[in-house]
Amino acid sequence: MSLADGVRGDLKLTGLHKRYPNGFVAVQSLDLVIPQGSFFALLGPSGCGKTTTLRMVAGLEDVTKGSIHIGEQDITTAKPYKRPVNTVFQNYALFPHLTIAENVAFGPKRRGVKDPKGSVKEILALTELTEQANKKPAQLSGGQQQRVALARALINRPDVLLLDEPLGALDLKLRRAMQIELKRIQEEVGLTFVHVTHDQEEAMTMADTVAVMNEGRIEQLGAPYELYTNPHTTFVANFLGRTNLIKGTVLGREGSGADEVVKVDMHGTVASIKASRVHTDAKEGWVGIRPEKVLIQPEGQAIDAPGAALSGAVVVDVSYIGVSTDYVLRMPWGQEITCFEQNTGRRGGLIPVGTKVDVSWRPEFAFLLDSAQDAEAGIVEED
Amino acid sequence: MITRLGSWIGKHLMLTLGILVLIYMYVPNMIVALMSFNDSSQSRNLYTFQAFTWDNWLNPCEPQGMCEALQVSISIGLLSTIVATTIGTLAAFALVRHRFEGRSTMNLMLFLPMATPEIVMGSSLLALFVAAGFGGQLGFWTILIAHIMFNISFVVVTVRSRLAGLDSNLEKAASDLYANEWQTFWRVTFPLVFPGILAAALLAFSLSFDDFIITNLNSGTTVTFPMFVWGAAQRAIPMQVNVIGTLMFIIALAIVIAGEVMSRRRAKGKAAAF
Amino acid sequence: MASLQRVFGKNSAYWLIGPAAVWLAIFFLFPMLSLLTTSLSDPAGSPIYGYDLTWRLQNYFEAISDYWPYMVRSLIYAGIATLLCLVLGYVLAYAIAFKAGRWKNVMLVLVIAPFFTSFLVRTLSWKLILADNGWLVESLQWLHILGEDGRLLATPFAVVMGLTYNFLPFMILPLYTSLEKIDPRLNEAAADLYSSPWQRFTKVIWPLSIPGVVGGTLLTFIPASGDYINSDLLGNPNTQMVGNKIQTLFTDASDYPHAAALSVILMVLIVGMVLFYVRRAGTEDLL
Repeated sequence: MSLADGVRGDLKLTGLHKRYPNGFVAVQSLDLVIPQGSFFALLGPSGCGKTTTLRMVAGLEDVTKGSIHIGEQDITTAKPYKRPVNTVFQNYALFPHLTIAENVAFGPKRRGVKDPKGSVKEILALTELTEQANKKPAQLSGGQQQRVALARALINRPDVLLLDEPLGALDLKLRRAMQIELKRIQEEVGLTFVHVTHDQEEAMTMADTVAVMNEGRIEQLGAPYELYTNPHTTFVANFLGRTNLIKGTVLGREGSGADEVVKVDMHGTVASIKASRVHTDAKEGWVGIRPEKVLIQPEGQAIDAPGAALSGAVVVDVSYIGVSTDYVLRMPWGQEITCFEQNTGRRGGLIPVGTKVDVSWRPEFAFLLDSAQDAEAGIVEED
Repeated sequence: MITRLGSWIGKHLMLTLGILVLIYMYVPNMIVALMSFNDSSQSRNLYTFQAFTWDNWLNPCEPQGMCEALQVSISIGLLSTIVATTIGTLAAFALVRHRFEGRSTMNLMLFLPMATPEIVMGSSLLALFVAAGFGGQLGFWTILIAHIMFNISFVVVTVRSRLAGLDSNLEKAASDLYANEWQTFWRVTFPLVFPGILAAALLAFSLSFDDFIITNLNSGTTVTFPMFVWGAAQRAIPMQVNVIGTLMFIIALAIVIAGEVMSRRRAKGKAAAF
Repeated sequence: MASLQRVFGKNSAYWLIGPAAVWLAIFFLFPMLSLLTTSLSDPAGSPIYGYDLTWRLQNYFEAISDYWPYMVRSLIYAGIATLLCLVLGYVLAYAIAFKAGRWKNVMLVLVIAPFFTSFLVRTLSWKLILADNGWLVESLQWLHILGEDGRLLATPFAVVMGLTYNFLPFMILPLYTSLEKIDPRLNEAAADLYSSPWQRFTKVIWPLSIPGVVGGTLLTFIPASGDYINSDLLGNPNTQMVGNKIQTLFTDASDYPHAAALSVILMVLIVGMVLFYVRRAGTEDLL
């Protein structure tokens, strides 16, 4: 099975397209390069095509159009068992009739490794499963089963390891612990991990690079910090965290080079947005600002932000969370916006409901999005 | 307090009633076991217990023709089990794993034998054999054909339910882990479906071994064990019939228990060996 | 499965289903046609030399006018036995599914185990239990439940009891399968929502077990209506069922056309009743 030990390289998807016999297009001409050794996350809501993409890479789903390469090698039509790719399945798919050690040794044995005991031992130690080696999957807890699924794939040292919602079946606490664990293991073995998830926090915690998918396309690709602070579409802005979107009219551009800004009028107040954070050429746009970047003060008091403040807002709801407080403010034009304030103790209390407040933010945090896009796109119910 | 008492009684009432039903099911088996020790040589009344004796157990084959009939039943049982289990298992795979033209027709054709009274099935086969000119050659082979026929449906139903419950991701996982088609089948699919196939085979054997109505119509001069019992019942039933009945029951239970013990020990032994 | 398809080629399904389809076509469907033609043949033939197909519909009229009481009796006996099986089987299946705890598997094996003693031998032993001078009859007489010369053997009661006994496992297994799938927490939820034990049964458990009830009653009623063993061994000449008649017409009288006509009538009656019943119960997918 020489392919599995083949030359390592980047995973390259070119024009990858998937159309099901019933006409549903799950993946639309996807172009993507995943660098060797990176931890890459495909993030999106259910039905966005992320799992289909993963299964095409694994060979479990036929490709309609396009190609898949690892390094120079074309694996578009290779059978699943001839690809240097392994999968950690969503519900683990552990063989119920085999012990943990036998499950883990399954891959090496099929590839003709005579005595995989040594490497089995090693990988079980890495995943802290040595004690469980002779048990059957049904005797293990969810977290342990998850680690077996990981060990069973990792032992083959694939060029690319695919993880299909690997933590979906675990409870929140275990999920957080496993996120750190997975990250540690990835750094230790240095393999390319492609991780499919609908949990934005999970993707941002673990991955070097995140691709946000929606309706079969990649909406935006980048490092978690970049995606969060400078989203290019309303979908990305809403799917990753929360965002206030305020309608604005573009007045014009000022300055040049790195200092170039776009002036936007929002219901009478003018804001400046860095040109690199403007993602529309239209006359109208959504001014986006993350709730934790919103600063408020009772009417008349000074705000620690340059530029003009929006006045006339009223506090309509206060939720005290402990580390922070969430305020819901009604703006003079009727829209409600959210503000998260760290409880540093500086304020010495909460602003009561009904208080009139001024609202502002540092201009470098705002972004401008296409007003043709749905302001509600990508909003998810908390789970 | 009263509701608690009520629910306590409710809980154990159902279990008690259930056990009573189970006992009802076992009354005949107990009588059969008891009668296998009956000394029937002294009396003409064969339906009461006369005196205790070991003779029936020591000379089980004494009644003329009984053990020959038993032999016929066992050979037909084994042969029909092997053929029906093979054919039926293949069909179950086709029905669960493939969408093909005629699939629903096939489902109907498999259901019909189970919905047909034995007397109708038996008489229709007889009508066919006679119409085809085999009326004078009824015997071992015609019985075998009939038994395979009615066993297929039961095998398909049993294996199909096991196969349908199988997580298809397991096979995908195997192929992801470098197992080719044959390896996937023999290392993952087959071991997981095997208990279903075994259960189907046991069911097929017991159905074949016990069948009377269809067999009787298509047997010609061949005598199976149930036919021997039937014939004997019209005259004077030898007590050895009860010995065979009890023996079959004990052997079957022993096989089930041994299977259970072995699968448990294997699980343990494997654990120790690794 | 895609992988099997690769092994057997594109038409693998037909290779797999082929043997079963061919066997059932030759030895089940074709005989049914043969039965149909025989039922329309001239009775003036013999099993050895065959019968001439003369489209003699009269066989059916004769079969009905001569044997309708047997037909009616069969359906009544089988119906009562099925109801009794349903009651007894439900109790045991319920106990195994919800109350048996770790004895579940043991009890399941015990349900199937009597099968391994030939059913003829077991049915014969009922003859002994129900005998006129047996302890059961004598105690019932002592309790005045039975009259001085009352008897159990060779009565309709014995036949129905024998049918109930013989087909009970066929009722229990489907019932157990569908009861076992019911989440016990549904029962708790119903209790939490103010249901009495009886309401919990009628509103939650029973509706969810309907597929098992339908499957079980079919598997009991169909063979019971065609049975003649119980009536022959435990009954008297006045308890004969249609199975007895078909059997004697085939073997003793060698009157194949009338026997075949009677078989076809029984089959049509049963298929009709099954379809009606399954429609009413709303469980077509069982077919």
